[in-house]
Amino acid sequence: MSAPAQTPPRTSEPVPSRSAARAIKRSSIKRDRFFPYALSAPAAFLELLIHIIPMLLGVWIAFLSLTQFSIANWVKAPFVGLQNFITALDPNGPIGSQFFDALGRTFIFTLLVVGIAWSLGIFAAVLLVSKFRSNGFFRTLFLVPYALPSYVTTIAWAFMFNQRDGMVNRFLVDDLGILDEGPFWLLGERSFFVMVVVAVWQFWPFAFLMLLAALQSIPNEVYEAASLDGASLWKQFTRITLPMIKHANVVLLLMLGLWVFNQFDIPYLLFGPVSPEESTLISPLIYQQSFNNWNFGVGGALSVVLLLALLVVSAFYIRLVMPKGKSIDD
Amino acid sequence: MSAPSFKGKLGRFAAITSIAALSLSGLAACSSGNSGSEEAGGTITYWASNQGSSISQDEKVLGESIKRFTDETGIKVELEVVPWADLYNRILTAVSSGEGPDVLNIGNTWASTLQASGAFVPWEGEAMEAVGGADKFVPAALATGGTVGEAPTSLPLYSMAYGLYYNTKMFEEAGIKEAPATWDEFLADAKKLTKDTDGDKNIDQYGFTLAGQRVANNAHAAFILGMQNGGELYTQDGKPDFTNDGVVAGVNDWVQLMGEEGVVSKSNAEINDGSVLPGELVDGNAAMFFDQAPGKSFKSADFKDYAMAPIPLKNADATGTEATKSLVAGINVSVFDNSDNKDAAIKFVNHLVSVDEQKKLNAAYTSLPSVTEAFDDPAFDTPESQAKKEILNDYAAPMPLFPSEGQMESLVGDAVGKLFARIAQGENVSEDDVRKALENAQKQMPAS
Repeated sequence: MSAPAQTPPRTSEPVPSRSAARAIKRSSIKRDRFFPYALSAPAAFLELLIHIIPMLLGVWIAFLSLTQFSIANWVKAPFVGLQNFITALDPNGPIGSQFFDALGRTFIFTLLVVGIAWSLGIFAAVLLVSKFRSNGFFRTLFLVPYALPSYVTTIAWAFMFNQRDGMVNRFLVDDLGILDEGPFWLLGERSFFVMVVVAVWQFWPFAFLMLLAALQSIPNEVYEAASLDGASLWKQFTRITLPMIKHANVVLLLMLGLWVFNQFDIPYLLFGPVSPEESTLISPLIYQQSFNNWNFGVGGALSVVLLLALLVVSAFYIRLVMPKGKSIDD
Repeated sequence: MSAPSFKGKLGRFAAITSIAALSLSGLAACSSGNSGSEEAGGTITYWASNQGSSISQDEKVLGESIKRFTDETGIKVELEVVPWADLYNRILTAVSSGEGPDVLNIGNTWASTLQASGAFVPWEGEAMEAVGGADKFVPAALATGGTVGEAPTSLPLYSMAYGLYYNTKMFEEAGIKEAPATWDEFLADAKKLTKDTDGDKNIDQYGFTLAGQRVANNAHAAFILGMQNGGELYTQDGKPDFTNDGVVAGVNDWVQLMGEEGVVSKSNAEINDGSVLPGELVDGNAAMFFDQAPGKSFKSADFKDYAMAPIPLKNADATGTEATKSLVAGINVSVFDNSDNKDAAIKFVNHLVSVDEQKKLNAAYTSLPSVTEAFDDPAFDTPESQAKKEILNDYAAPMPLFPSEGQMESLVGDAVGKLFARIAQGENVSEDDVRKALENAQKQMPAS
């Protein structure tokens, strides 16, 4: 195959005439400039279509009075300025008070789930990073919750926690006899606890997977040297392991935190369209306002507030803990 | 030399094709919603609500009806049976995106709310004539089609009324001769039927069963029992009025069945699917419940020991709205205004509300026809149908026909569900608590 004219000239090759070389160079520079854009254009286009435009529309909706009267032709929905934000953020109003309660609850939920999932993940990863028999079996086993569709598993959890026929109460009341009467797990305060359990179960394998990968990149020699120096296992963990997986941790905690904070499917599948008061998280609350009460404007305003809050928190977090001006791998 | 050139070419080729492919797929995704209409001399889509004992029963019943329609007109119908839990949201998404089916079923209590969206064909003029005119429908059923004074945007398809269904064997065993007619008799019977049957000191049979987290059922109970107590959920000019004494007393009667009266198992507070209630009678867990048309569920369980009576009245001599025993319940059918094939869609609705189809479909679903000629047919003269007809004619009122009815059902039903949750966890809920819960629900209502 002969080289076409556009092929970039190589220094080791005989150079054609000077002007021709210049022309080739120019076109090659042009192409080199264009090429990366061409490659990223489809992704940018789809990003715009799937994320950016709907997000901007969501922001716009927050300024409209969007109810059943205007939903069919929402472009013409009346503009109400900041009214939806005032309704959503009035701590004495019925919606605002629910919002602030849900916000605090969602923070606690996120802290608990991320904290427990991370602890379980690091524990299992440290155990399984060393090679021993049936190591592969455990690794596979631990990834099962992550591999199963969350719909299927959450519905199974809901069955298990059912008050009358659920496995949990059968076990506690009939088998162990600890309790005389089966408590309600999916109503009232206990529902929050159930939600945490299900979320931890679902998210910890991801923490495990990421942490295991990070641990595998630590060279064994470091540990050998440390143990020769007489460092205890705990010291090795705190002085070697944790610092060396710091960057993986930073990314992992951010991702887990955002996922858990925005959690919708677990409460929806456990409790149905309306969560119990004691365990209403932010995303289900936005859903309730929008789809049960047909108040899309307020739902939009709540979403915008949430978006801003997460943006600020993430930005601080990234500035605070992400390495500055250096590659993440060093 | 050849390798890099090949790479360069290949790279460019790959980039260009991928751009083209992705842009096309993006565009295709944008337009896919409209597909199907082009080739259609007639293909229309139909979202049916789940009326049978299962979705597959619906597919069978409606599939046969659709076949008769296609044979006659050549128009094909793509059927999708949508479960109740999803139907409202699916309709809402369809309305907001403009991408929906051509024909769809709605719960008739949503009619005014959906009418306000302007997304459905109003049944007036030519459209109304094309389905046989307004006079062919049972007036009370047609009245559920939308707000008073406006052309309805939905036509009644299946008519239903609430009734008290009870396990006749349990009644016999408890020595109860006839169904209770007043609330006091009902409570006395329910208490008699609430007992420990196997001697383990735990109650295992309850007088009554309900779905504590089923929003619509709770709202319907608030409506019926509220009316019986002299209260209405809206003022005459359409303002929400959930906290008047009548409504509060009605809701209190409903939640105390689990609370003070103790005739409902606390485990019922968790149920969010009304279709499990017939099973409670079949399994002997409970003796009575309120429902609209559970006949097909009993039939599929081969259970015959049941009977139906009107919902008992708070006051035996009540007249007017205080003698309300049911809402005018039912399923309506609408045509989407965005439909690309409105003519075919209207023809299909005409088929569904034809006398023959009304008889066949309502017989299969143990509901009542909404077309007068079929309604009067001897096939619907069973004692249960007779009783339902009487309720619909004399003792039923439509749910409030105001545009915010949908929100009302959500908010009131949810508030009642939360009261059940509190009772189930051992809390004593008083009439004051009921009032506060309803007050909170009302505050979230849009100004209407």
